[in-house]
Amino acid sequence: MGSLVPADVAAESGFFATRTEALINWGRKNSLWPMPLGLSCCGIELMAMIGPKFDISRFGAEAARFSPRQCDLLIVAGTLTWKMAQACRTIYDQMPDPKWVIAMGVCSSTGGMYDSYAVVQGVDSILPVDVYVPGCPPRPDAVIDAMLKLQKRIEREHPLRRITRGPQAHAQETGSGRLDHQPNAGHELTHLDRHPHDPQHMREEAGVR
Amino acid sequence: MSFGGVPDTGGRITAALERVEHEWFVPRDTMPELRIEPRNLHAALAALRDEAQFETVTFITCIDHHPEEPRYEVIWQLNSVTHADRVRITARVSSENASVPTCIDLWPGAAFSERECYDMFGVRFDGHEGLKRLLMPDGYGHHPLRKDFPHQGIQPDRLYREWDRERRREWETEEAR
Repeated sequence: MGSLVPADVAAESGFFATRTEALINWGRKNSLWPMPLGLSCCGIELMAMIGPKFDISRFGAEAARFSPRQCDLLIVAGTLTWKMAQACRTIYDQMPDPKWVIAMGVCSSTGGMYDSYAVVQGVDSILPVDVYVPGCPPRPDAVIDAMLKLQKRIEREHPLRRITRGPQAHAQETGSGRLDHQPNAGHELTHLDRHPHDPQHMREEAGVR
Repeated sequence: MSFGGVPDTGGRITAALERVEHEWFVPRDTMPELRIEPRNLHAALAALRDEAQFETVTFITCIDHHPEEPRYEVIWQLNSVTHADRVRITARVSSENASVPTCIDLWPGAAFSERECYDMFGVRFDGHEGLKRLLMPDGYGHHPLRKDFPHQGIQPDRLYREWDRERRREWETEEAR
């Protein structure tokens, strides 16, 4: 969706012309401020990603703030339990718009190996997620890849529609800030959702009543 | 009376529990085990701490013997730093009145173990001031480590949705004002 004019042209003429949306998106995607929500072992990989070896400041996202009021990228890194779910949702709501979410690791993407009564089976049942990162835990480069994908996504957004159409319509379009966006809510269980070691399931598979 | 090891654990226990009704035996793991009625528990634990020098409580847990009655077997394991030995205390309580006396007046650090035991098994500890859930959210109506808890588990998502709805209702009334 359009990009900035190359620097040498701008330097020659002293000014350059672009679309406002392209300029805003360029600024947003290159200054993501992550809110690290390190809930388990993924948090360690997240720290490695912020540290000098992988260094997300190459992509403008090194300013990890520990206050949601100053952040626009929530990285849910690790197993989200139902007891923590309220805190996680509160953090998401406290972040100012525009905001994006990366579900880092299988636990936050689907519940992972924790097929348990205590664990949220995917954070997308309580928040809108933009990018999912598989891995247990994913390597820092995988999360950096997710961040680059998110930057591509931000390039395609239309920030001015928030002004022209109002914040509600904008939120509906982007999914950001949509409070009722809970894809897994009311999801009906099928035989695929059964635990493979469930004795009843094994009996049914074997055709024994 | 010696229990086979160097410290005379049995002698100390019988001396301390002179006035408390109890029975003991040594299971295969060689740790002496005391069976005590729930009404005598607090006196027994106090005597073991003060007279038999069992200074610390290692853990408090429970076994569900469903569908037997009495259903729950609450277990304390005490450790003596002075004498380098341990003792296990068990008490059976029925499912109608699943409660045992608390021991946080003897060991304040037992508070969290008792809360966990209450959370997972629903055994109440009488006299525990802050006996609320430790791991599961408040208002979750089940005790997950009971034998009649379903294998698939029961997700507390309904509680979360209630909290979410309540919160949005508050926002809407605030915005309307």
